[in-house]
Amino acid sequence: MLVHITINGIEYEEDSSSTILEAARDHGIKIPTLCFLKRDDCMLEYKPASCRVCIVEIEGRRNLVPACATKVEDGMVIHTNSLRVRAERKAIVELLLSNHPNDCLKCDKNRKCSLQDLADELGIQRVNFDGPLSQENKEIVKGSLVRNPSKCVLCNRCVAMCSEVQTIGAISASQRGFRTIISDSYKCVNCGQCVQVCPTGALLQLDNSREVDKILNDGEHYCVVQTAPAVRVALGEGFGLEPGVDVTKKMVTALRMIGFKKVFDTNFTADLTIMEEATELLERLKDQKNLPLITSCCPGWIKFIETQYPEMLNLPSSCKSPQEMFSAISKTYLAEKLGVDPKKMAVVSLMPCVAKKQEVKREEEKWADFQPTDYSLSTKEFIAMLRRYGIDLNTVPDGEYDTPLGTSTGAADIFANTGGVMEAAVRTAGMWLEGDYPKNINWDTQFAGGGIREATVTVGGTELNLCIASGLGNARKVMEDIKAGKKNYHFVEIMACPGGCINGGGQPTVRSIKQLETLQMRRKGIQDIDKGKTLRVSCDNPEVQALYKEYLEKPGSELAHKLLHTSYHDSSEE
Amino acid sequence: MCNKINSQKDLLNMYENVKGLMDVRNFVDKDEKRFISVCAGPGCAALGANSIVENLRKEIKEHGLEGKVETDITGCFGFCAKGPVIKIYPDNVFYMQVKPEDAKRIVEDHLIGGRLVNDLLYTKEDGTLIKEQNEIPFYKKQLRIALNKVGLINPEIFAETIATRGYQALAKSLFELTPEQVIDEVSKSGLRGRGGAGFPTGKKWSFARASKNDKKYIICNADEGDPGAFMDRSILEGDPHSVLEAMAIAGYAIGADEGEIYIRAEYPLAVSRLQIALKQAYEFGVLGDNIMGTDFSFHINIKYGAGAFVCGEETALIHSIEGKRGEPTLKPPFPAVSGLFGKPTNVNNVETWANIPTIILDGGDNFAKVGTEKSKGTKVFALAGKVNNVGLVEIPMGTTLREIIYDIGGGIKNGKKFKAVQTGGPSGGCLTEKDLDTPIDYDNLVAKGSMMGSGGMIVLDEDDCMVDIAKFYLEFTVEESCGKCTPCRVGNKRMLEILEKITNGDGTLEDLETLKRLATVIKDCSLCALGQSAPNPVLSTMLGFPEEYKAHVVDKECPAKVCKGLLKYHIVENNCLGCGNCARHCPVGAITKSDKPSKNEHLMAYQINPDICIKCGTCMENCPAKPKAIER
Repeated sequence: MLVHITINGIEYEEDSSSTILEAARDHGIKIPTLCFLKRDDCMLEYKPASCRVCIVEIEGRRNLVPACATKVEDGMVIHTNSLRVRAERKAIVELLLSNHPNDCLKCDKNRKCSLQDLADELGIQRVNFDGPLSQENKEIVKGSLVRNPSKCVLCNRCVAMCSEVQTIGAISASQRGFRTIISDSYKCVNCGQCVQVCPTGALLQLDNSREVDKILNDGEHYCVVQTAPAVRVALGEGFGLEPGVDVTKKMVTALRMIGFKKVFDTNFTADLTIMEEATELLERLKDQKNLPLITSCCPGWIKFIETQYPEMLNLPSSCKSPQEMFSAISKTYLAEKLGVDPKKMAVVSLMPCVAKKQEVKREEEKWADFQPTDYSLSTKEFIAMLRRYGIDLNTVPDGEYDTPLGTSTGAADIFANTGGVMEAAVRTAGMWLEGDYPKNINWDTQFAGGGIREATVTVGGTELNLCIASGLGNARKVMEDIKAGKKNYHFVEIMACPGGCINGGGQPTVRSIKQLETLQMRRKGIQDIDKGKTLRVSCDNPEVQALYKEYLEKPGSELAHKLLHTSYHDSSEE
Repeated sequence: MCNKINSQKDLLNMYENVKGLMDVRNFVDKDEKRFISVCAGPGCAALGANSIVENLRKEIKEHGLEGKVETDITGCFGFCAKGPVIKIYPDNVFYMQVKPEDAKRIVEDHLIGGRLVNDLLYTKEDGTLIKEQNEIPFYKKQLRIALNKVGLINPEIFAETIATRGYQALAKSLFELTPEQVIDEVSKSGLRGRGGAGFPTGKKWSFARASKNDKKYIICNADEGDPGAFMDRSILEGDPHSVLEAMAIAGYAIGADEGEIYIRAEYPLAVSRLQIALKQAYEFGVLGDNIMGTDFSFHINIKYGAGAFVCGEETALIHSIEGKRGEPTLKPPFPAVSGLFGKPTNVNNVETWANIPTIILDGGDNFAKVGTEKSKGTKVFALAGKVNNVGLVEIPMGTTLREIIYDIGGGIKNGKKFKAVQTGGPSGGCLTEKDLDTPIDYDNLVAKGSMMGSGGMIVLDEDDCMVDIAKFYLEFTVEESCGKCTPCRVGNKRMLEILEKITNGDGTLEDLETLKRLATVIKDCSLCALGQSAPNPVLSTMLGFPEEYKAHVVDKECPAKVCKGLLKYHIVENNCLGCGNCARHCPVGAITKSDKPSKNEHLMAYQINPDICIKCGTCMENCPAKPKAIER
């Protein structure tokens, strides 16, 4: 139903389902917000109306109302910018600043902070209120996350992300009044989605880049780096490029410029993962045991099942993630080939992810006191590092990956998107069983707005029920269905971040409301890389074939199991 | 009488059977029987009400009066200042400040000897004794509707509830009225929410009725939190069934089959009385499935609150019942549309519920005869502070503050001067001398910068500092703020810090401007009523007592001599005896001998070093001189 409203003296027609904020945006009027969070990519609309920054004046109402959560009504006369609104909005931001350390120059979020932006936009030159901080200005490190409660504005966006989208509930408000603080619990899976929605410097990811700086320059380490598929379509955003622009070649050069001896591609082990996982799938199908097989590439998801569904740990694939497979191969096969002492070799991974920082430390990944991956860096950390090194990606010449771990097929690239691992596995299984693979799988996307997709395909005469889920809330739905025996899946792909790795917790933060568009552009970037490749099925990767021939013998061999497979443990009591 | 009530007729039969229980208390003198009611409200219970009953029973037995005289505890009589209080029926004699050892005298002198125990009677200022409750000024202007059975019945005896027309309003609703007619009756009564905001109850019910849903809820808000207020507690302790009955009536009216009572766990007696009442109600079939043989079913659960003030706000209360953090959410949507678990929900406060049975039984029009044009019926206030008669009072709307404070309250204690009266608790404000003749109703109080609130009424005298009072209430709101929205969370804290600065003697005129600016922002922009009303105590005291604020910041003086930071202790040499008692007791050695003579020509007067003095007042307490040599 259309209603007539007046905003700042001009009449508009607006749908009655709109909020004042939406109506204003539709007509090019900006109302600043802070706690409001709209994420189309994971169907979250969070409007607690708690920060009160978006307050507007409605004629005839005694109090100011929050534009984000107030619906338009016929005849409403709204002032978004009256002197009263501006004065009070300014006072509210001043109040927030009166309880903020205001050490912007030293803050990680300097120039990327919504509170800083607000102060700037509202022209706050001095804070008229004064008083002690509610929390100590101190960083608390836990897992991959760094919290500084004194910088928290209590927008609760992190809580919404953790509880409503990811259904973890690892963080929540405790205490009350001025002492209110966002506290955490052991259940955190380190997905980093909370960091991505924090408007200030209250939630940051753990930064390992200084340690990487050290090993690059200490002259003792032979540093090699591996780059995950999702990084290459988002890294450019840190240098003014559009999301989805493929910067693989410039990234390779930049990594060499900061001192890596060899630059390889995690894609290589993505192909390798498919060889092992497709073998495992066929075995489980043959035995009709431990079905469905669930992918194990995502460490956030693995921590989730270990803490939330420990009784179902027989289901995930025993395959290590591509990151860990890569490091295992590097410190054995590659070290041997290069004639480098594996103890002197340092493997750094460049990932869209912050959960990977914890995966590198898993006991199950170690052998003989050996941590295969030395450090995992996120896309964001790498952008900051390049800035510190004075490297502008735009001006860097193209480069090529080193061999032998630098070649990959298109099936590896698509690991970055939700559904990619599934598609890659189906491609290889199809090639093995019938010499071709299903080109257009008809995914049923009606579940959870596409966050869960289902399809049934026939491969080698067998009907396979497939399911893809991204976002842990969706993963939970799938797990509950499996547990209740409602669904008879054979193969399930789960990624912790909504949309998959392209939306990882370590990717450049999207600060506009254009989260969905950004993801779509990154997704398309990945799809274009896949399409542009001559090799698009993992089993066709010649270097992978060589690895088996020279070293591992065959997929699922004893050595392959030793190096490329892992196990899981019940973390529900940790 | 343990048969289930299966019809309206069953209920009325039971009523006929048991109504004789109340005869004596209704002054029907049957066979010279007597009944002694002992108030067991919170104050009287603390002062030994239960021992009084025990001793009375013992004496009755020993004097062979068993069967002729009965005694029992009841809910609160309200006259806390004179507790423990007892009432002897049908003699209509009211004794106060009774001690357990008085039982013997009461039995021997009053019951047997037929003589009044004069020293336990109410004594007027002129020395005359008053024996009847209704003649005592404290009770004269009161009218009990919400509290009509509180203090009359033993709340744990179901028959007494039935004998006082209990559940007849529910029966009338179920058997004689349509849900619309029930709502109509409530609307006609003009009843407004007694929790504080005063929203018309009939309107609230009709909104909840209009919401279409397969499940609806009724909630009783028993999260009483205003400092000093205890009317909801008294109702639940003294007459729990009226609340249960009212909730069932509302359930029938709006189409709900489930109710929740959200009560703070700090009210153990109220909780236990509710549990007993619920058990009785289910047993007799006035709650549960197919109430009184009809198709209507209604179940009630008790939910315990942890005592957070903000959980009295209905959306926060609902979230707390849902197991979430007790934080308010924006309205709309109102609970009538989307409340508990997203279902249409009607929330009313205990006192509101307590009025419902009377309205249904005696008619809305009848109820509306009491009160002012826009505020009908009565209001219960917890009268406290510097008045002689503190206690629980129920007065018709339209009574003036002067009548409450001077007639019912018996004036200011110790002959001091009235300064202000605070109503509405932390959300309200202070009214001054010029407001004393304002008839109390919702709209008048708001117009005067305060509000009805849930009924706290604290009288202040010349010894109270208004800045300190404002600080007290703000401390309360800062402590009780949920922390969700910025203005309330940070703004109130900053306001409190400024008040602390002022009372410490460090305030400036600019601080007063900042207070006003903050108050405006907090009122205009806070999410819920707690925040929106939090600055009221500050604003109303700034408006009513500007000179007092000015004295604090400009003259660095607290006129009421309350704010320690502004006190300056000094010794008046002419009064000083030179005894040195003050110096010996001073914990910080701030007092030394001066070079000036004292009143006692042989000794020198003492002096206080203001830089060392911590303003503890010990010297003043220990000064033997008359008048005291130490002044502040």
